[in-house]
Amino acid sequence: MRDLTLEIVRRLSVRNLEIARNGKALLTVPRLSLDGPGPTLILGPNGSGKSLLLRCLHGLIAPDRGQVEQDGAPLGLEHKARQAMVFQQPVLLRRSVAANLDFVLKRQGVPRRIRKTRIEELLDEGGLEGKARQSARSLSGGEAQRLAILRALALDPETLFLDEPTSALDPGATQTIERMIQRASNRGVRIVMVTHDIGQARRLAADIVMMQGGRVVEHGAAKQLLDAPESDASRRYLAGGLVT
Amino acid sequence: MQGFASEFSAAMSLILEGDSELWSIVLLSLKVSVFAVLISALIGMPVGAALAVARFPGRRVLIIVMNALMGFPPVVVGLLVYLMLSRSGPLGVLELLYTPTAMIIAQVVLVTPIVAALTRQVIEMLAEEYSEQLRSLGVSRLASVPVLLWDARLALITALLAGFGRAIAEVGAVIIVGGNINHVTRVMTTTIALETSKGNLALALALGAILIGIAVAVNAIVSTLSLRAEQEGLRHA
Repeated sequence: MRDLTLEIVRRLSVRNLEIARNGKALLTVPRLSLDGPGPTLILGPNGSGKSLLLRCLHGLIAPDRGQVEQDGAPLGLEHKARQAMVFQQPVLLRRSVAANLDFVLKRQGVPRRIRKTRIEELLDEGGLEGKARQSARSLSGGEAQRLAILRALALDPETLFLDEPTSALDPGATQTIERMIQRASNRGVRIVMVTHDIGQARRLAADIVMMQGGRVVEHGAAKQLLDAPESDASRRYLAGGLVT
Repeated sequence: MQGFASEFSAAMSLILEGDSELWSIVLLSLKVSVFAVLISALIGMPVGAALAVARFPGRRVLIIVMNALMGFPPVVVGLLVYLMLSRSGPLGVLELLYTPTAMIIAQVVLVTPIVAALTRQVIEMLAEEYSEQLRSLGVSRLASVPVLLWDARLALITALLAGFGRAIAEVGAVIIVGGNINHVTRVMTTTIALETSKGNLALALALGAILIGIAVAVNAIVSTLSLRAEQEGLRHA
């Protein structure tokens, strides 16, 4: 039996996590650990609890039991400040592209002159140069998600959570997003990402958490889990069988 | 028919020749309603935004009451404000009855629930969309209010214009608390009512034309802003 104590960025751990609604257990993770620099991809069918686990790790949802810990202490505001999250549907402020980035930089107390330079750097990084003054709401789906990732990276996070960021995008846009994620990971940002796309897991993951029915059924190095899964649920999911 | 034509012609002359009495009435109307809407915005927007983002016991009841106040009969509002400001009323000492200030107060009472209710609807819708993202960015519920107000600005201007439309067209409440005193509290709507009863149709028609012009202009601006807000993904509720 695999040891299931979850540690993210070494000092972040999750234990005895339970979430239930109307008497039905939605998430049950007794002990689970993630080691190494990532990227970690949380893989599994719809309704398996992937997004719920991600939100717990980011502190957006308080579990009914158990807790997320960093350095053995409950996840606090100072820890959350070092995290960022990108959602499946990018939520952009009704402002210009540049103003969306300026919003988070300003909140961090970055001086105006430095903000301007930093915004230009970020826009270059996301291939959005020339769109600074454009309304963020008028961007295409791929551009909007790129802006959402840039805004998250503007926070200079230790950990970046991504909840199926490419699920609504075409292959070209997906490739661009994956490159951005890979670059961030190479710079040392700890990536924890939810996906149901096996190909994406193969392309990006260093390690994979396989979920089913609100439980972690397997966790291990990506290559090993994808090529020689230990659990039946993982084998069925990877074989393209129906897993509920 | 000839009588109407001549009255209409006289009305147009009053407008085009810049009749001082007519334009002083228009100016007073605009002053009273603009002030009333500004004060309503200062009260109604924070109240509406607070009701949208805060969670407390009785919130649902407050929302129902606020929505009900939107349909409050203006003459009843006029009567209540009259009782408050009359010599024997609790605010009688201020001697505000039959002054433009009294008319502003009556219009504020009428317009504030409209601004607050529309603000709540707009902000609640936006807050629902922004909620997780703002929490992820570390923005507290309280700190989210200015963000939401700014991002909903187009829809909120629409709400203010809706309030202005109600204020400028109001007659029942302002005639009770203003008294329709010449050169003091006579506004467009009350003048139209008075001059029509006196048979002075030219002045009434001229003011009516200006009032319609203002209503059309306000509606045109509301439509344009609503369209822009819709394009930005925020439909006016």
